[in-house]
Amino acid sequence: MATILKKETIAPAFKRYVVEVPEVARKHQAGQFVMILLHEHGERIPLTIADSDPEAGTITLIVQEIGKTTMEMGLLPEGTEIAVTGPLGTPTHIERWGTAVCVGGGAGIAPLLPIAKALKEAGNHVVSILGGRTKELVILRDEMEARSDEMIYTTDDGSFGRKGFVTHALADLIEERGKPDIVFGIGPAIMMKAVADLTRPHGTPTVASLNSIMIDGTGMCGCCRVTVGGETKFVCVDGPEFDAHQVDFDLLMKRLRTYVAQEEEAKRRFLEAHRCRATENAEVTA
Amino acid sequence: MTTGKLSPKERMQIPRQPMPCQDPHERVLNFAEVALGLTPELARREAERCLECKDPKCVAGCPVGIDIPRFLVEIREGRFDEAIRIVKETNTLPAICGRVCPQEDQCEQVCIVGKKKDPVAIGRLERFVADWERDHGTVELPVCEEPTGFKVAIVGSGPSGLACAAELARNGHSVTIFEALHKPGGVLVYGIPEFRLPKEIVRWEIENLEKMGVEIRCNFVVGKTATVEELMGEEWGFDAVFIGTGAGLPYFMGIPGENLIGVYSANEYLTRVNLMKGYRFPEFDTPVKVGKRIAVVGSGNVAMDCLRTALRLGAEEVICLYRRTRAESPARLEELEHAEEEGIDFRWLTSPVEILGDDEGRVRAVRVIKMELGEPDESGRRRPKPIEGSEYTIDIDEIVMAIGQGPNPLVLQTTPGLELNRWGNIVVDEVTMMTSIPGVFAGGDIVTGAATVILAMGAGKKAAAGIHDYLLGKGGLGGEPRREVAAPPAG
Ligand SMILES: Cc1cc2nc3c(=O)[nH]c(=O)nc-3n(C[C@H](O)[C@H](O)[C@H](O)COP(=O)(O)OP(=O)(O)OC[C@H]3O[C@@H](n4cnc5c(N)ncnc54)[C@H](O)[C@@H]3O)c2cc1C
Ligand SMILES: Cc1cc2nc3c(=O)[nH]c(=O)nc-3n(C[C@H](O)[C@H](O)[C@H](O)COP(=O)(O)OP(=O)(O)OC[C@H]3O[C@@H](n4cnc5c(N)ncnc54)[C@H](O)[C@@H]3O)c2cc1C
Ligand code: SF4
Ligand code: SF4
Ligand code: FES
Repeated sequence: MATILKKETIAPAFKRYVVEVPEVARKHQAGQFVMILLHEHGERIPLTIADSDPEAGTITLIVQEIGKTTMEMGLLPEGTEIAVTGPLGTPTHIERWGTAVCVGGGAGIAPLLPIAKALKEAGNHVVSILGGRTKELVILRDEMEARSDEMIYTTDDGSFGRKGFVTHALADLIEERGKPDIVFGIGPAIMMKAVADLTRPHGTPTVASLNSIMIDGTGMCGCCRVTVGGETKFVCVDGPEFDAHQVDFDLLMKRLRTYVAQEEEAKRRFLEAHRCRATENAEVTA
Repeated sequence: MTTGKLSPKERMQIPRQPMPCQDPHERVLNFAEVALGLTPELARREAERCLECKDPKCVAGCPVGIDIPRFLVEIREGRFDEAIRIVKETNTLPAICGRVCPQEDQCEQVCIVGKKKDPVAIGRLERFVADWERDHGTVELPVCEEPTGFKVAIVGSGPSGLACAAELARNGHSVTIFEALHKPGGVLVYGIPEFRLPKEIVRWEIENLEKMGVEIRCNFVVGKTATVEELMGEEWGFDAVFIGTGAGLPYFMGIPGENLIGVYSANEYLTRVNLMKGYRFPEFDTPVKVGKRIAVVGSGNVAMDCLRTALRLGAEEVICLYRRTRAESPARLEELEHAEEEGIDFRWLTSPVEILGDDEGRVRAVRVIKMELGEPDESGRRRPKPIEGSEYTIDIDEIVMAIGQGPNPLVLQTTPGLELNRWGNIVVDEVTMMTSIPGVFAGGDIVTGAATVILAMGAGKKAAAGIHDYLLGKGGLGGEPRREVAAPPAG
């Protein structure tokens, strides 16, 4: 079992966890994730390893609280033991490409952290474009700045950086400076689709990290499958990163909606049972 | 009760005793076990049917060679404790095998009584004594030898890994099982449903193994968390490794529409329900879709489990699509019969060609084609071929693919030098079960392809013997223990 050593709120409905799990910390490479299970009755969910400290034997997880499991995780006090399995998935393929652009939105900024770090270490010129609905939802700004040569911010409401979507900023960047050597676009499926559509005509290699529903994370169930270049792939073992130009994002988005009814139900029940605590972020006493 | 006094002729007159079962109408509404188990009276009566053959064919029919007539006599005489002791000399998981072995193809197929009448119900009797022991709390753990100081890693906690671990622990080796999932048991916990094999029984067997000193580390994916090579290196320090990772990779048919919402692999469907307890959502967090009209493709044990699970989740109509006929169906006879009793709509000689979806990408129908049996193929079974122009559409809202599983490549790809056959299964020495890498052994479905619990257990045991010999250098391969022999725990 793994222990939650530290928990802090980094933005509304975003928490950072430091979890002690030495074997995973030692082996982690950029692009990999863990499966977590909070308790016997829980659901197994995938979370990207945002950072790792092999010496301390810890990994960092950045979690957006959007449903029952992620909200419940937010209520666990430091010191709680949870099941953590990993590191899973194929590590990011890193090369010295030249100019690499990291485009991130929402929780998708978390997986960009280790990727940007690896890109920079490999000698790339890293330009990061981060976006969110409003200023406080553009998470991990300091961390990404430390790993990037240039930063561009966008917000839907114009409260920070330029007003608009990350794709607008990416389009302008390509317009002004020519196409970059590689783009990593990670965020909600709809954002990744937009990034892919934008870079496709330029022929710029573009990588997306897919967030399909998973159970085991080891290639056993097939529930994470997506169509890439006309072929069925398992995101947990063949990915999670794929050539964004080949991904059938419409199918991915449909499959992500498989259980919306049950998810809404679970969330409603959970919020009813923990009405104030979930929002106030107090600790569960039981 | 008269015991031991009957003539063979009189024994032959006793009919096979019926297995008490939940009523079909009742049981499709719950996940509780279908077969309730024999009473002591029924068990003794059934055991009386055994002729105590001088050359018992049944023993040869059992892959692990349980001394069947000897334990049947003890049951007949009412000495159940003695009976279970005999069974456990050769089989460490009798409560499980008694429930899930395809007996009609093994011990019972060759039983002499079966030549004229129904064979002796060996499997049920095996289950009976195992259950009796558990209910009476008289369990005796095998005595373990003095610690040898050798450390063995077992990859995977399915029946092959469990059997291998038990055997090695008996021989005094220090054993650690690494399991990728959060619960040990392999297919016994994530695949075979509660109504056929209560998970309580698996848990109980695994607890016994832990009492013998076997350590189980869940949430550990060999090939990812650590490779086989690393396990055998300085840091982890294992002297030998057994790979029992099973056949966990789901196959799909490659027909159009297979990635629509509502198309499940059998593994996903059963894992959601059994391992994650999706049938108890929202008390448990993992959801599973509950369709009204469900089709399952295939007709093996896995397909039967999906069909009957669908019924219990509340489906109104459950259809089995199989390209051959009932006679070729690879499922255990008992499962097939139970499924028929429960009202499954079997469509033999029928194969899906396309799955159709609605605008939201959800399954709405399956197009199927009728088949006929042609010439026998390499396996001797008549090859099904489509009948042109016989296609038709069945409205469904969910479909489960239960057409087989292959080897999961996670361990295989990360273990350089491991020889595989053309299907991706591990090649082993048939006597020692050692792979192409010295000190690395394998057994179960990862070697044979999807097979049975008892064959996997048998392979685990055989590999344990191979490992033991290897470690003690008997095979001329091993050496001295690398460490000092640990002092036995005080007290
Ligand atoms: C490889 C990978 C890495 C990820 N990394 C992160 C991360 O670093 N930080 C983060 O906040 N989120 C990450 N996610 C998404 C995260 O797994 C989901 O947000 C989480 O499962 C939601 O669970 P819930 O019960 O809180 O919400 P729910 O209400 O159950 O679900 C909300 C939505 O999340 C998705 N989802 C639901 N169940 C699962 C499941 N078992 N597996 C995957 N997705 C599911 C569905 O699209 C669903 O509509 C990642 C997903 C993948 C596949
Ligand atoms: C639904 C279903 C019903 C069945 N019904 C019957 C039946 O009625 N009778 C019968 O005799 N047989 C039946 N079988 C077949 C039988 O269950 C298998 O043949 C048997 O379980 C194989 O045992 P095993 O030890 O080789 O592997 P498994 O039982 O498959 O166990 C393998 C274990 O290894 C773990 N693992 C895999 N990769 C890794 C890794 N990289 N690191 C760590 N752990 C790993 C897996 O998570 C799993 O727990 C059925 C199978 C299924 C799927
Ligand atoms: S283990 Fe299986 S084959 Fe052997 S006696 Fe028991 S039921 Fe028969
Ligand atoms: S073959 Fe049948 S009758 Fe003969 S010993 Fe075995 S169980 Fe008894
Ligand atoms: S999550 Fe089960 S195969 Fe990918």
